[in-house]
Amino acid sequence: MNSISCADGQPMEAILERHPREEASLIQVLQDVHRAYSYLPCDVLVQVAKALDVPVAKVFSVATFYKAFSLDPQGKTIIKVCTGTACHIRGSGQVIEEITRQLGIGPGETTSDMGFTLKTVNCVGACAMAPVLIVGEQVHGGVKPAKVAKALNQEGHRDAH
Amino acid sequence: MRIDSKAQFDSAVRNAKKAAAGRKLDILVCCGTGCLANGSAKVAEAFAKEVEARGLAASVGLFTKKTGCHGFCERGPLVVLKPSGVLYTKVKPEHVPEILDKTVAKGEIITKLLYKNPATKKPVEQYTEIPFYKNQTRVAMRNIGQVDPTDLEDSLAHGAYAGLARALFHKTPEEVIAEVEVSGLRGRGGAGFLTARKWRAARKASGERKFVLCNGDEGDPGAFKDRSIMEGDPHAVLEGLIIGAYAVGAHEGFIYVRDEYPLAVVHLALAMEQARQRGLLGKNILGTGFDFDVKISRGGGAFVCGESSALMRSIEGKTGEPRQKYTHATDRGLFECPTVLNNVETWADVGAVLEHGGPWFAAMGTEKSKGTKAFSLVGKVKNTGLIELPMGTTLRHIIYDIGGGILDDRPFKAVQTGGPSGGCLPESHLDSPVDYEKLTEAGSMMGSGGMIVMDDRTCMVDVARYFLSFLVEESCGKCTPCREGLKQLLVIYDGLVAGRGKPGDVERIERLAAGMQLGSLCELGKSAPNPVLSTLRYFREEYQAHIEQRACPAGICRDLTAYEIIPEDCNGCHACFRACPADAITGESKKVHTIHQGKCISCGACYTACPTDAIRFFPKVALAAAASGGQGGAS
Repeated sequence: MNSISCADGQPMEAILERHPREEASLIQVLQDVHRAYSYLPCDVLVQVAKALDVPVAKVFSVATFYKAFSLDPQGKTIIKVCTGTACHIRGSGQVIEEITRQLGIGPGETTSDMGFTLKTVNCVGACAMAPVLIVGEQVHGGVKPAKVAKALNQEGHRDAH
Repeated sequence: MRIDSKAQFDSAVRNAKKAAAGRKLDILVCCGTGCLANGSAKVAEAFAKEVEARGLAASVGLFTKKTGCHGFCERGPLVVLKPSGVLYTKVKPEHVPEILDKTVAKGEIITKLLYKNPATKKPVEQYTEIPFYKNQTRVAMRNIGQVDPTDLEDSLAHGAYAGLARALFHKTPEEVIAEVEVSGLRGRGGAGFLTARKWRAARKASGERKFVLCNGDEGDPGAFKDRSIMEGDPHAVLEGLIIGAYAVGAHEGFIYVRDEYPLAVVHLALAMEQARQRGLLGKNILGTGFDFDVKISRGGGAFVCGESSALMRSIEGKTGEPRQKYTHATDRGLFECPTVLNNVETWADVGAVLEHGGPWFAAMGTEKSKGTKAFSLVGKVKNTGLIELPMGTTLRHIIYDIGGGILDDRPFKAVQTGGPSGGCLPESHLDSPVDYEKLTEAGSMMGSGGMIVMDDRTCMVDVARYFLSFLVEESCGKCTPCREGLKQLLVIYDGLVAGRGKPGDVERIERLAAGMQLGSLCELGKSAPNPVLSTLRYFREEYQAHIEQRACPAGICRDLTAYEIIPEDCNGCHACFRACPADAITGESKKVHTIHQGKCISCGACYTACPTDAIRFFPKVALAAAASGGQGGAS
């Protein structure tokens, strides 16, 4: 196996070593790969298929089935808007619209400078604070459209754009 | 040190209790998801720093502890002082020195940090006196908010693993199952299958290798009780699993945790490590010769994986597609071996059932639904948060006495239970007791305990459409009725909310829904029409308004709704101007403002922001009528 290294400098070998080389490890391996690269690069998927002795088609089927996986490179900061029921009835739709107005990207899209990726999630389990917006690691509760710009700025990422 | 006998277990508990008693004063800082987002980590840090700087641990026996979710998320960050039981709400780091100076040193209460009872306007000192807490009975959540979830000793001092000790030292596996049978415990994931029956079937099934699994894939939007249990009291989940494994004869287990719950994974993994070190998990548990170990399996963010057969496929590393259930999982489940799968809350109940006995649990609840149930009470209700109550409590008691009523005292419209598989219940059902049977009769279901309260500003057609769009995304796509049925339903609903509804739409919806109920492969597909059918059953007139009058009575569907300012009520406060995201409002301070219909996107932000109720909404069709010279409502 050639040694493709991950974004954190960790060779693929190290990820594969953490798990038994069997089909049952597939999701766990992909999760580790995703964490290291922040997405699932195609060539790595092929490598995983070989290592676990699983057909490439099956690896792709798993990689595209689960929402946690992305086959496209992600922005530096991930913005998650919760669209769970409680957030929906407390106005998460307006929060998404405001982000789109601010950054020019819709759900699932990444800004052209790879700064932000906007995602929607079906409930983060913080319903008491609906609507919930997560910018990077920072969770914001009770978000109104007028508070979106501040939340995006707070991370300090926006200034870099 | 490993615990290898009953005597050693008893002495470990005694030691833990002794250590806990040495803590004369405890400051419990809630570090549940809600409070963390409100900055409770900084509050806990400030307490720790200040307590150390002042040497309070040595001088007065004061300690701080980061706990799981206290439940009253609306008022976070929450701080409880023990033993006095004083609860401070919305605590900020800058309040910390004041709390230590006044409350800890002199016993003075800081009134501004107390919860004020909105009914009496009086501050409440003790958290046990607050209606939100007073009306609860906690079993599955017995230790959440009381213990430090990262500290096994603290859990032991609070009774963790007492049920396990009773099971392993005093009961045969059959007797454990009998105890659970007497308790009447049913699955807390929503379907309500009798736990003891499931266990017995798996025990009787042939095969050397058996599994017990914990379903922590809490996918229902609006539910977060499992998250709080896994984060706030991971040992309760482990204890239940070990007891279940002993009863069934399993030596391996998995906890399947939702991808969105990283803190739950951290706390569970730590709890497992600590339990292994003390001989509570792994080989030769408590010296009884019983072996059992458990692994965590992280979900991939697919709602369907909460379904039992899909969850098992996911643990096997496959796509989470359900399969037909000709055989039960208790015969052939994970890796084709006999498997018991229970919900997080069910497992958390098991330890308490074994500790206090089946009859104790069965004494609570209704005839067929025993014990207590955890709910997340959210939406348009004043006291949002996490609660646990005896089965059979009425919806009215939950929403008005515990929840404190509807936000801004608006009129109640509906309460949604059971997530995307459940339904919306109207006011006429407020006095019906909450148990498995009653909710199903009413066209909803227990589900995983989400209770979403809706007010008059909620459009029921929009709510049904919301669940459809959720399910379209989450349907695994394996069977046609679910995959295509949902898509076609969504097409009809997209028309309804956009003013393209046609006569006959309601009948088409009902036909499609009936087909899905009959033909779908798994429960997700069979129950997917529930939100649609329950809104049709109780709120049919809203559908008619959308179709016949092209009007959204709640003023939510944007394509059907327009807003205007009532000049005589406008005091020119400028609040609407600031709230408007589309620059559609003009007006100078202290003068009457105007909404420009050409720019207005009908989002309703101004309506919510207006303090004098000077903004009203009306059907958009009236605008067109007015433009063409008619007598429209846009006066």
